[in-house]
Amino acid sequence: MLGRSASGVLWMFRYLERAENTARLLEAGFRMALTRTSTSASDEWKSVLITLGQEAEFSKRYKEFSCALVTNFILRDLDNPGSVLWMIENARTNARMVRTAITREVWEATNEAWMVLRDVLARPVRDSTLGDVLSQIRRQAMLVRGAMEGTMLRNEIFNFARIGTYLESADNTARILDVKYHVLLPSVAWVGSVLDHAQWEMLLRSVAGERAFRWLNAGTLNRRGIAEFLILDRRFPRSMAYSYAKIASNMNGLANEYGEEAGAHSLLSDAITRLRGVDIGTIFDFGLHEFLVEFIARTEQLSQAIAGDYRFVE
Amino acid sequence: MPPTTRVCYDEMLDEDGGVRPAYQAYREWFDQQDRGWMLRQGKEAETFFRRTGITFNVYGDDAGQERLIPFDMIPRIITSQEWQKLSRGIEQRVRALNAFLLDLYHQREIVRAGKLPERLLHQNAAFLPQMAGFTPPGGIYTHIVGVDLVRTGPDDFMVLEDNARTPSGVSYMLENRETMMSMFPELFSKVRVQPVSDYPRALARSLAACAPPATSGSDRPVVAVLTPGIYNSAYFEHAFLADQMGAELVEGSDLRVVNGRIAMRTTRGWRAIDVLYRRVDDEYLDPLSFNPDSMLGVAGIMDVYRSGGITIANAPGTGISDDKAIYSFMPEIVEFYTGEKPILQNVPTWRCAEADSLKYVLAHLPELVVKEVHGSGGYGMLIGPTASRGELATFEKKLRARPENYIAQPTLSLSTVPIFTKAGLAPRHVDLRPFVLVSPDGIEITPGGLTRVALKKGSLVVNSSQGGGTKDSWVLAE
Repeated sequence: MLGRSASGVLWMFRYLERAENTARLLEAGFRMALTRTSTSASDEWKSVLITLGQEAEFSKRYKEFSCALVTNFILRDLDNPGSVLWMIENARTNARMVRTAITREVWEATNEAWMVLRDVLARPVRDSTLGDVLSQIRRQAMLVRGAMEGTMLRNEIFNFARIGTYLESADNTARILDVKYHVLLPSVAWVGSVLDHAQWEMLLRSVAGERAFRWLNAGTLNRRGIAEFLILDRRFPRSMAYSYAKIASNMNGLANEYGEEAGAHSLLSDAITRLRGVDIGTIFDFGLHEFLVEFIARTEQLSQAIAGDYRFVE
Repeated sequence: MPPTTRVCYDEMLDEDGGVRPAYQAYREWFDQQDRGWMLRQGKEAETFFRRTGITFNVYGDDAGQERLIPFDMIPRIITSQEWQKLSRGIEQRVRALNAFLLDLYHQREIVRAGKLPERLLHQNAAFLPQMAGFTPPGGIYTHIVGVDLVRTGPDDFMVLEDNARTPSGVSYMLENRETMMSMFPELFSKVRVQPVSDYPRALARSLAACAPPATSGSDRPVVAVLTPGIYNSAYFEHAFLADQMGAELVEGSDLRVVNGRIAMRTTRGWRAIDVLYRRVDDEYLDPLSFNPDSMLGVAGIMDVYRSGGITIANAPGTGISDDKAIYSFMPEIVEFYTGEKPILQNVPTWRCAEADSLKYVLAHLPELVVKEVHGSGGYGMLIGPTASRGELATFEKKLRARPENYIAQPTLSLSTVPIFTKAGLAPRHVDLRPFVLVSPDGIEITPGGLTRVALKKGSLVVNSSQGGGTKDSWVLAE
């Protein structure tokens, strides 16, 4: 396949994953804010922006962190390249570009997602409609995933798409965990507080993991357990370990189809060795923040190496 | 000024309101359908087109917008006898076009025989000196041709235009049929229609049959479709055809010259392309040979082409035959190369370069249609009967200043076919673009083609860029 098409497919699925994750994080923030007084609700919205890495950009334009301003900025502001609408447009533009690499079903699901969300997000989102909008975003993303699962040949194209999805989810999970652990709490004195708990819960919700975690941990919530779950639990489909296992199986697919491994394969196997060689104790001894920063950098390196090895650009 | 009322031939109804033979079976079915249901089907078709992304991009004011070409669900129907005559005429014309191009770029017998003035070649930028003395693989210039036909009476089909450069619209021919079959499946068991769905396979076969010398021996030549990219107005069609043929859809940035071949950048390295079906105009094809600022083409492709490393379809330089001054010589061209009288007639045409013709045209401007010789897509033309006094005056000035830049034709009373409206069936003017494939193995014409329809009452402009729509075009089975 064309290098440009491989890039297009990979980024199409990265954007779709990122759009869905963004919507989920916003949903988690919305739930938190609902149960707060108005002043602490604005803290909640601020932490949503911080977690998404969009606080600086937002603060340039707005003075207050209200539900209306934040949700509209995150969902539908086309001047914000982190907005869901911008990402859906980009996913769809990439899909159009690689139209011949994807099935009619995947294209139609993506195009329909764009048409539906463009209409839904054409008007300002209000408190009363937010829940519905967010569930539409999740639903559309699932339809694309389903079309993908059900109709695509399991070949290089499928591999690049999956690599895109899981590079994004690995990166996303690492980032929100790092932000929660390193940035959100005012000081160490707040550890164990109501606010601390609320933030951990928001984090779990944002990766669609709150139910799974409760089920596995009989309802207890502690930061070590959550970090272990998000980093190392290979049963959880948005954990870093699971995402890397999926990247690895799809990179193997490429190596099999092409009859050779590329430079990216050795980077990947280093990263996997590192993930397998640790338990939650050694991670906390090393420093969770330091560990996550290193992981994010490795993931970015891997992403660059894949783009280079498979000739995404000349 | 309101459009003048003309008597025109309606393809469904005769003068007494009776249904003509071609439409009898369809009309019987149609009269049994519930109108409300038909209307809902039409809406559904629109949703279907949007979802599948069958859109075209608009340039200008609404740049970046994707629009639908309106689809009308009443088919345009042609009998198999009518089609047989048409296809014989089209085949003859396309054969002549290829022979003409080969001659133009070699001996120019037709000029020497005094049948065509040489100035027509020099005044046209579509004539490429770079092609002189070179014979494309298989001797084929026009791999894909769209011949625009209009009808003015029961037996009067005329050629309005030849599109030998890069005819578009074939994806609409195919999708319109798909849509009709999914909306009204039972209709196709009542009326037997010749299928069009083989076109992509025929195109792939036809392109593969023109592989260049560099690939002789390879049994499956590598075919790619070159598109200017997702913002091009016909991008949907480029992607559609590549997808249907199982060919790569490439852009200029994917290509470069590697070891004397044109290669595309794949995830595994450079891979040579044998046949390039390009949907990029000549002037953007090679920044080294033509427009140096072009980002859409491939630097050096003309050298590779001339040394037999790749086949370009259609061949560079075929655009000369779309010239409307050349068009006016088509009857002579057909006769010169085939030795036969043309089966299909041209629309009578005055060449304004000739003093007598210019005089006539200026005296009869309000009745005529005036076209630029290099123009296309319905732009830069004057439709006398509907033009304002000011527009007529402007064109008169243009004609006097550069007469050789224009031709004029009578305003034809194009045939009508009904469209479906809320108020019922209403006649609208149509044309027909059949699609023709040319390879060393022969000429293939898909039965039917694309019917374009002017949706506005009385309008003669069928171009989609100016509010025209399309219809499914049926050729009845024998």
